[in-house]
Amino acid sequence: MDQILVQTLHGLVNGMVLAMVASGLTLIFGIMDIVNFAHGDLLMLGAFVGASVLGVTGNYWLALLGAALVIAALGAVLQVTTLRPLIGRDPLTTILATFGISLVIQKYALWQWGPSVRRISEPVPGDFTLFHLQYPWYRIATAVLAGLILGGLWLFLKYGKYGIWIRATTQDRVMAQAMGIPVPLVYTAVFAIGSAMAAASGVLFGPFAGVTQTMGFDFTLRAFIVVVVGGMGNLGGSILASIFVSLLESYAAIVVSPAQAVIVSFVVLVLTMLFRPTGLFVPTPK
Amino acid sequence: MTAMPAARPRSPAVGYWIGFAVVVGLLVVAPLVLPPFWQRFATEILIWGLLAMSSDILIGYTGMVSFGHSAFFGLGMYGAAAALLTVKPPSLGLAVLYGLVAAGGAAVFVAYFATRLRDIYFAISTLVFSQIFYVIIFTWTEVTGGENGLTFGQPRLSLLGLGSDRFTPTTFHWFVLAVVLISYLLVRRITQSPFGQVLQSIRENEPRTRAIGYHVERYKIVAVMLSGLFAGLAGVLYAFQNKFAAPDFVFFVVSGEVVIFNVMGGMGTLVGPFAGAAFFLLLREGLSRFLTEYYLIPLGIIFVIMIIFLPQGLLGFLRRRLNA
Amino acid sequence: MLVLEKVDAHYGKSHVLHGVSIEVRSGEVVGLLGRNGVGKTTTLKTIMGMARRTGGRITFEGRDLHGVPPHGLAGLGIAWVPEERRIFRLLTVLENLRTGLDRAGMTPERREALLEKVYTYFPILKERRNQAGGTLSGGEQQMLAIARAMMLEPKIILLDEPTEGLMPRMVAQIQEIVHALHRDGVAILLVEQNVPLTLDAAGRVYIMEKGAVRHHASSAELRADQRVIHEYLGV
Repeated sequence: MDQILVQTLHGLVNGMVLAMVASGLTLIFGIMDIVNFAHGDLLMLGAFVGASVLGVTGNYWLALLGAALVIAALGAVLQVTTLRPLIGRDPLTTILATFGISLVIQKYALWQWGPSVRRISEPVPGDFTLFHLQYPWYRIATAVLAGLILGGLWLFLKYGKYGIWIRATTQDRVMAQAMGIPVPLVYTAVFAIGSAMAAASGVLFGPFAGVTQTMGFDFTLRAFIVVVVGGMGNLGGSILASIFVSLLESYAAIVVSPAQAVIVSFVVLVLTMLFRPTGLFVPTPK
Repeated sequence: MTAMPAARPRSPAVGYWIGFAVVVGLLVVAPLVLPPFWQRFATEILIWGLLAMSSDILIGYTGMVSFGHSAFFGLGMYGAAAALLTVKPPSLGLAVLYGLVAAGGAAVFVAYFATRLRDIYFAISTLVFSQIFYVIIFTWTEVTGGENGLTFGQPRLSLLGLGSDRFTPTTFHWFVLAVVLISYLLVRRITQSPFGQVLQSIRENEPRTRAIGYHVERYKIVAVMLSGLFAGLAGVLYAFQNKFAAPDFVFFVVSGEVVIFNVMGGMGTLVGPFAGAAFFLLLREGLSRFLTEYYLIPLGIIFVIMIIFLPQGLLGFLRRRLNA
Repeated sequence: MLVLEKVDAHYGKSHVLHGVSIEVRSGEVVGLLGRNGVGKTTTLKTIMGMARRTGGRITFEGRDLHGVPPHGLAGLGIAWVPEERRIFRLLTVLENLRTGLDRAGMTPERREALLEKVYTYFPILKERRNQAGGTLSGGEQQMLAIARAMMLEPKIILLDEPTEGLMPRMVAQIQEIVHALHRDGVAILLVEQNVPLTLDAAGRVYIMEKGAVRHHASSAELRADQRVIHEYLGV
């Protein structure tokens, strides 16, 4: 029983972090049809930048903000230099381009920070007791923070002029342009926002398992899965799917090793693609 | 009025075949003149080229991006390993057979699920499948040796019960060259056949091909199977050369590199992948001397630049010529 | 004000417009008639930069539109109401309007005033302002599309078949709107298949066939001599 409780908490917390990662990915895909292979690596880079800022300033919040801003800027530069020229071409080319960028970012991180694992210390120390279990406070705080950030994103998209610009462009790029919305700028901004979300997730996740060059790929893979399961371009769906899949994986980890528990998410993905390709939580269009 | 030039021939110009013969000739001579390191290097280029060519069947001809070739490659390796470890004396033919069956089995599995999906979903699912295989191989330590993989001895060159000599690096190179040549000619025959035409038609305009009446799924399944088999063959050859099988080769990165070879060399040409593999591996060799493991930074940048400015790849200009 | 000089256009390899010359002066309502598929919509799309202009020139208030990015046209004063309406289905009516309302230089007072003005023209939109665009009926969507264009306070509206598929009562309403816009001094390039409505609303009419302009006359002339209409549109 304790196991199940702990795993439920794990699932929820991991799900919230994954939701942040996936939200950036699904926004980017929804608006410009780009599958960002480098998303997890932007997360990883964000974690490293965050760790560095933390090392210099000792302030977790500055680390979070700094990582988000730096990676947002990087994302904007990447989009303008490598992805904008590819607009209108075969979608395959953007997958390949982001894959290439992913390789470069990974090796760059290795070069810049070396192979040893970096640490991001917990922003909130101590555990809290649930029945007779101890669960670290910072993990709960992380989930809450992720929720707040996601909430902020949702508010931004729902209200406010730029949120409308983004949603209009996502639905009908051509008509949005006809209304005077500067679509190329919107694309860059969305890519920057997605990158910032990834970077912030990296900093949030930092205390969980340390910061390494390879932490990105796992997230990229899981985020892809969750975005498909939630319905590509569907923000709410990807959040639900993140929690759903993370919970399933956590429960599976009770029975099999964590390395094998990841197969659960694969199975969910395959089933979704076969039977509900528009997304598990999306009503099948008539 | 000047005479019109002769109509474009259905088969590529004699020029192509002459160039081809020259390259093959060089490859035959290579082990005799190159120092051991480069000799081995040449053989490896052939093997990776074969793997990339198998991927070209899907990417270049059918228009399906696959990130799952590492699975077929790895299973070919492990299949060969299984034969060489369990059946004494180690038999070349049996190793090839086991490897092809293993890769082929995976291909059937992937084909069944994946061909129902379009484009991006297919690509993601192949990625996921290769990771599934990776996880299974990595964790099923009793059978696959887990993280450490398996080591075994090289089989002797013996075909259909004739001959029984150990391979020398030179004869092994010729053996690989022979296998690769036969594979290339076979695949070329297939892609130029009516079947191959349908694949290309699927790549150009799938809905129209379906509307004409072709059962697109069946063609895709066969394409995936073919692709998987040749990828597995490459894995078998790699196992022979290195005498070990490791899960690293099943990891997604290998699939990614294969796709890079395709893009750099030129998709839809069958020879392009070989050029791409050679280009990449030579660059890697050269760059890593100065930059050790950071060679991927400039290499990755070159790759992205090529996608933007040279999307047809190094040999892409041959694509029209080579395909009816 | 808006001048197309011998414009050629291509969709991919298809040559779809041949030497089209059209002019719309400030405050004018000009009609563009022709059967289905003759290139009327293509002409509008070429002005909007969606079809590739391969010959000729398009100028607006003397300024060559070549090189103006698609999102720059609204700022110049050109609004587009497409054939399929293309309202943003997942945005509310108000949000649809805001895509045009939220422009540089719009003070809160001006915004309120513009919104109120449009609501007077289209009371039903005010009623449905928090409903998703996709839930509106065909006629309501058409009104929303026109209202959205009005948000840009344009100098010219490219109006593509606004009465297509609408009930007679709605058609009459659209006719009223066109008149009202004309009174407001907005120029309109009206693409239509509804001949009577066009002749009533427009001062001059161009008739197209097979991607080219075949005839150009005032509505009065066309009303007087029905043969031309009969020849090109078969009505």
